[in-house]
Amino acid sequence: MDLIELKDLRKVYHLGEIDVPVLNGISLSVAAGEMVSLMGASGSGKSTLMNILGCLDRPSSGLYLLEGRDIAKLDHDEQAEIRNEKIGFVFQNFNLLPRTSALENVMMPLEYRHRRISTRESREIARNLLHKLGLEDRMHHHPSQLSGGQQQRVAIARALANSPSILFADEPTGNLDSRTSREILEMFSRLNGEEGITIMLVTHDAEVASHAGRVIHILDGLVVNGAYRAAAGGGA
Amino acid sequence: MRVMRSSGTALRALARNKTRAVLTTLGIVIGIAAVIAMMEIGNGASMAIKDSISSMGSNSLLIFPGSTAFGGARAGAGTGVTLTADDKEAILSHCPDVARASVVVRAGGQVVYAGRNWVPNSIYGTEPSYLDVRDWTALTEGDVFTGRDIRNASKVCIIGQTVKRELFEDESPIGRDIRISNISFRVVGVLAPKGANLMGMDQDDVILAPWTTVKYRVSNRRSSSTQASSSSSSSDTVNTLSSLYPSTGEGLYPALSATQQANTPMPVRFANVDQIMVSALSGESIPRAIDQITTLLRERHRLRADEEDDFTVRDMTELTKTLTSTSTLMTRLLLIVALISLVVGGVGIMNIMLVSVTERTREIGLRLAVGAKGRDILVQFLLEAVILCLAGGLMGIALGRGISLVISTVLGWPTEISLPAIVMSVVVAMSVGVVFGFYPAWRASRLDPIEALRYE
Repeated sequence: MDLIELKDLRKVYHLGEIDVPVLNGISLSVAAGEMVSLMGASGSGKSTLMNILGCLDRPSSGLYLLEGRDIAKLDHDEQAEIRNEKIGFVFQNFNLLPRTSALENVMMPLEYRHRRISTRESREIARNLLHKLGLEDRMHHHPSQLSGGQQQRVAIARALANSPSILFADEPTGNLDSRTSREILEMFSRLNGEEGITIMLVTHDAEVASHAGRVIHILDGLVVNGAYRAAAGGGA
Repeated sequence: MRVMRSSGTALRALARNKTRAVLTTLGIVIGIAAVIAMMEIGNGASMAIKDSISSMGSNSLLIFPGSTAFGGARAGAGTGVTLTADDKEAILSHCPDVARASVVVRAGGQVVYAGRNWVPNSIYGTEPSYLDVRDWTALTEGDVFTGRDIRNASKVCIIGQTVKRELFEDESPIGRDIRISNISFRVVGVLAPKGANLMGMDQDDVILAPWTTVKYRVSNRRSSSTQASSSSSSSDTVNTLSSLYPSTGEGLYPALSATQQANTPMPVRFANVDQIMVSALSGESIPRAIDQITTLLRERHRLRADEEDDFTVRDMTELTKTLTSTSTLMTRLLLIVALISLVVGGVGIMNIMLVSVTERTREIGLRLAVGAKGRDILVQFLLEAVILCLAGGLMGIALGRGISLVISTVLGWPTEISLPAIVMSVVVAMSVGVVFGFYPAWRASRLDPIEALRYE
């Protein structure tokens, strides 16, 4: 069974009188352990798609199965739980809490776990993650004392804190120079290869997208190609 | 659990902007400090008033006889001869809300000791229980006269500080004989100083003697004090009221022959008294005690339903009320001002919390994205407001205590620590936090995560 399965997913925004269709029937699937890129120009609907995939938004119609569960039917609280347990986000602008140490930033998602864990346990988890991302000597630094690459690595550690099923990275290298970008992308590849973490890179940059095993092209709310793994093939 | 963890988060969030947190709480600090200081000063004032009232005898009631009238001319309150010592005994045994009672017989006149003389403010013939009724049991020297002295109409007395000063100066008066209206009394005790009463009357300018002695041996002050009565004579005709009320029935003792009367001077116990002083069990039982006394005395005095009382019962609650209500009114006024400043402080908190919510929109979006529910955000921001207010409240309590301490030491105003005020302040501070923190917190919890994450 695929980790993510979309069938004829549509999203229409209502702006006053006018309905603006953004996603026009998207079908695709992502298997566990894959690293895929979601690529498209701005306005193609890739951000909307990522928001829906990330349970931040709901589709107007269509089916979204995450680990076999129909996500579209969940209420806000259940969505929040899914976001907490199954999904990790990495943002373009890092979105770290200011004046808060790297360690506490990584511990933050653990606060909202449905099944509570002690502060000591969550500190242990955060420490291990930062260690894995090579930030063991930066644990008590505030974001303002970290470089962009380091900040993004803290953000990745935070996204991994609850051992999610999938990691969404929205333009993760958009604010980084090319060398650091390469480092971060290599980090993603390594996490995918060594840890088997499913990663979806959302980007408009073909160079970045090429780091993934498969590129899903989106144009005007439709999947142009790469919707299914090579074996399945074909577009929507 | 959730609250514990969220308060950790809230505390860390507050710690990120300490200056702002401190400035925000300042309104609450000042408000609570004002409330505490006002309450303590107000409490001190009303305690001072209560003290001076209770020094006049706590919960005391005064029973006076009614007025007499000759023809159409009425002589005024207290001129009747309707109250007896038996009334007092009956009140004591039949009125459950009466704790103590004692009769008072007033006298006046000059007091002489050695070369000095003095006219004390009051010479009271009374009983030892008078001191209990007056809350005045402390003596600096000697002892109170006893029930036996009353039965025997012994010529003993206890004197107040002023009398002692005027007659004895530094000498110890115990065992000395003073002459009251030409009758020799042995001083057996000296009362502790009590100071002036609320009217400014010197309460220490007093002589207390057994009421029988004063009644029978010292002339009543309405009769001329120059009329000397022989102190040794016990065959004075006393004003017995035994026949005033038919119900009294048989006399206590068989009729004595003239010889027997001469041989055994037996003070007659049925005599009118000038007033009966009663203390009720507590302040609350005063109205009940008045009712019981009125009913009992009407019955004992055989008054028909359409007849007026031949006695009056007065209490001091009116006085107490007037005096305390003034200070209560002032305290309340100041308290209202203080509460207004608390509301202003609360609005300040709300304002800053709203700014904080706007400023931290991205943080809220992020928290929502990593799985916080609207409720978690609500709790976090509400807790921030409550913690701010609570911390402000605690600081305010400390500051208020400090202010009232400074005032009581520097200005010498009486202050009284007020536990209810402290408890109330904590509760009010928390409520201010909840009330004024709710709207910003609610706004935060209603943010859309996508919008919030994109917020610049």
